[in-house]
Amino acid sequence: MSQLNLHLKVWRQNAGQPGHFQDIEAPEIPDHASFLEMMDIVNERLISKGQEPVAFDHDCREGICGMCSMQINGVPHGPEKATTTCQLHMRKFRTGDTIWVEPFRAKAFPVIKDLVVDRGAFDRIQQAGGFISVRTGAPQDANALPIGKVVADAAMDAAACIGCGACVAACKNASAMLFVSAKAGQLNVLPQGQPEKDRRTLGMVRQMDKEGFGNCTNQYECEAACPKEISVRWITKLNRDYAVAAVKEALGNTPKVAGGGD
Amino acid sequence: MSLDSHIPSGPMAMKWSKHKQDSKLINPKNKRKFTVLVVGSGLAGSSAAATLSELGYKVKCFCFQDSARRAHSIAAQGGINAAKNYQNDGDSVHRLFYDTVKGGDFRARESNVHRLAEVSVNIIDQCVAQGVPFAREYGGMLANRSFGGAQVSRTFYARGQTGQQLLLGAYSALNKEIAAGGVQMYPRTEMLDVVTVDGHAKGIITRNLVTGKIESHAGDAVLLCTGGYGNVFYLSTNAMGCNVTATWRAHKKGAYFANPCYTQIHPTCIPVSGDYQSKLTLMSESLRNDGRIWVPKKAADIGKPPAQIPESDRDYFLERKYPSFGNLAPRDISSRTAKEVCDEGRGVGPGGRGVYLDFAEAIGQFGQKTIAERYGNLFAMYEKITGEDGYKQPMRIYPAVHYTMGGLWVDYNLMSNLPGLHVLGEANFSDHGANRLGASALMQGLADGYFVIPTTIANYLVHQKPGSVTAEHPEFKKALEVCTAQTKGFLNSKGKRSVDSFHRELGLLVWDKCGMARDRAGLTEALKRIPELREEFRTNVVVPGSGEACNPELEKAGRVADFMEFAELLCLDALNREESCGGHFRTEHQYPDGEAKRDDENFSYAAAWGYTGDFAKPTLNKEPLTFEEVHLAVRSYK
Repeated sequence: MSQLNLHLKVWRQNAGQPGHFQDIEAPEIPDHASFLEMMDIVNERLISKGQEPVAFDHDCREGICGMCSMQINGVPHGPEKATTTCQLHMRKFRTGDTIWVEPFRAKAFPVIKDLVVDRGAFDRIQQAGGFISVRTGAPQDANALPIGKVVADAAMDAAACIGCGACVAACKNASAMLFVSAKAGQLNVLPQGQPEKDRRTLGMVRQMDKEGFGNCTNQYECEAACPKEISVRWITKLNRDYAVAAVKEALGNTPKVAGGGD
Repeated sequence: MSLDSHIPSGPMAMKWSKHKQDSKLINPKNKRKFTVLVVGSGLAGSSAAATLSELGYKVKCFCFQDSARRAHSIAAQGGINAAKNYQNDGDSVHRLFYDTVKGGDFRARESNVHRLAEVSVNIIDQCVAQGVPFAREYGGMLANRSFGGAQVSRTFYARGQTGQQLLLGAYSALNKEIAAGGVQMYPRTEMLDVVTVDGHAKGIITRNLVTGKIESHAGDAVLLCTGGYGNVFYLSTNAMGCNVTATWRAHKKGAYFANPCYTQIHPTCIPVSGDYQSKLTLMSESLRNDGRIWVPKKAADIGKPPAQIPESDRDYFLERKYPSFGNLAPRDISSRTAKEVCDEGRGVGPGGRGVYLDFAEAIGQFGQKTIAERYGNLFAMYEKITGEDGYKQPMRIYPAVHYTMGGLWVDYNLMSNLPGLHVLGEANFSDHGANRLGASALMQGLADGYFVIPTTIANYLVHQKPGSVTAEHPEFKKALEVCTAQTKGFLNSKGKRSVDSFHRELGLLVWDKCGMARDRAGLTEALKRIPELREEFRTNVVVPGSGEACNPELEKAGRVADFMEFAELLCLDALNREESCGGHFRTEHQYPDGEAKRDDENFSYAAAWGYTGDFAKPTLNKEPLTFEEVHLAVRSYK
């Protein structure tokens, strides 16, 4: 195991106030440490000097909860493909490197403190239709509805999304289309999801617009940054589903969009 | 206080049906008048909040993460058990029940386990209806895999992320109810205390982790779905935020804490690589379906590249010791055996704390593509963390703290001895005895939330006048002041050491003295050192920042303070239990071949500890465990 000497430029900000970059020296970082463990070490040193540590979101530290964020050298979750910040290890950097660490940037993700942002918009989008309305205890036997492996695998591909928001942070328009298309797409491909497909699609897309996310202009930065490698083909599907639902709605064939408790 | 578990009478297979029949009903118009506070949004919390709201109760749900979807159930990889017998391999409700009681080393409550096995089949139906993308076969039917401690294939899975998919299902049900107005969600909100009024749990105190505001919430019942206490060891597979605060504070308000010494050490984790390490990463035990576990026969070979060690010099120690279960021996046994071979100096990797998990044979048999389909994400995770390729060389694994079977004592209705306080999922103690089988945690969380509590909570609420206690009650003011004072105390402490440094020291101590093997001398020493550490924490901790804003150090300080107090109870319980069973291994109590030696005559009980005051010895209340269906036997997997 070897050690790295790094120069960090870390975004510091309190909610509602302007922020700034702080220069922090990070010498003697073990190369086996994860990026967040490097931040732990930096914070320990700040505390011992009587300074306030850098606030950042994190929880499972195994790449599945989607809580960690951070724009590292301008890239959400850093340089490593298909990797969350917590799974990024310092052996991917070289001693002497300068590393820029910023929060995920998007109007719909306001900064709470330092590197911590509010991603509540994602929850609200899912509350606008990202579910199948089935009461507990009502279903039939699980094998009564065969679902072909191809369809089941496609649903699983979409369901792998961890809701971290890297797609938004990577997009120059701060569009949430990759996230929304994966969440809607998982349910829209499954037979169980058909009855509510139109209102789900309309509800989620409209909530997304309301939250202030930008439009998709097909540059696919989102797919490149996604730690779970969600494909932009889901965006194509969402656009198609939306067009169909919108036409049906215009013709008066779609019930009220989801979320109203109707 | 007496411990009445309220187990229904009648034959085992009929108890739950009978209890559902006998349970109280509240008419739909009245349900709306009751408010239920659900703390935690993992599998148990989300499923309970959603289902109670569907029934018409008003629900407030709290989680410390920024979204309900991030609760640590998300990280479960391998699968969920259910007695569907889709494989026609002889599974049944009774067999799942039997395996779970035996797997728990005969320290679980039989009636609860039987109910768990019964509702397991409903869980799968429910999840599929929600759109959970379980693995399927080409014909469209659900696929199954095998898991430790069972000889049938009853585990349903969704690639290596079953926990995420089940939680997203429960989260979608929760979202449906939030949209419908039945559930009010409070993310980034941590529970600091339970409020009791006339001996009943009637509310909670919370801290808003964004604004720092400390607030009161009143309700007619409180559900703690707050997970386990594995992070008392600092290094564990739990998420960084997992904590004992909710259950410990409830304990200090009168709820009994049962069997804290039953802690599970998971055999297949990535070994520790240095002292900066913040957590340990588990790799699903499903890997043991195809991977073979071994160490060199001779200690002299540990430094050699594994490929240069011929077959004849390898010790496949689980296959050797447990021929009928082999690499799928239960977790406690697999972990302890790995520790033994490392103690003998035959461990591999840094510090000699690791054993090989080798896929060479499986890759030879099925091809790398098939193995990648089964475990691709786990191989990728291993590569990211260690920088090594598990397809080309054996992985190195070592046991790590993973799950805690102990928890707050509950009766058959999942209510603690504190009326109104219900405890679900990992936070309670009832279903897994002294050791949990793989793929059973997800099953229990969802069973409690979807199917048990929606029925049993009415048995408490029917006797309550809805909304009788409000947050204006003086007890709330009192509890609020205590929490505010504690927060200020941390911020005013002018010490030198960070919260994490204390947590790390506590963890090392507890792991050393109360980890995979325990003895009287070690536990006694731990009980002497923990109060000293607590005292140093009180006088020498430093918590920068303010209480009126987002302050992660302050959050950690409260959690670590509770872990320190809890650690004493953990060690005390381990000291009291003069036997070895499941995850609790006392070196004084073993057979000559090193197997755990239970003492059914003296210890066939759940130890439910009552809080009597700071630094005061807790009271020990015993719930005797009686076995009607399963014959008590030495738990053999040979």
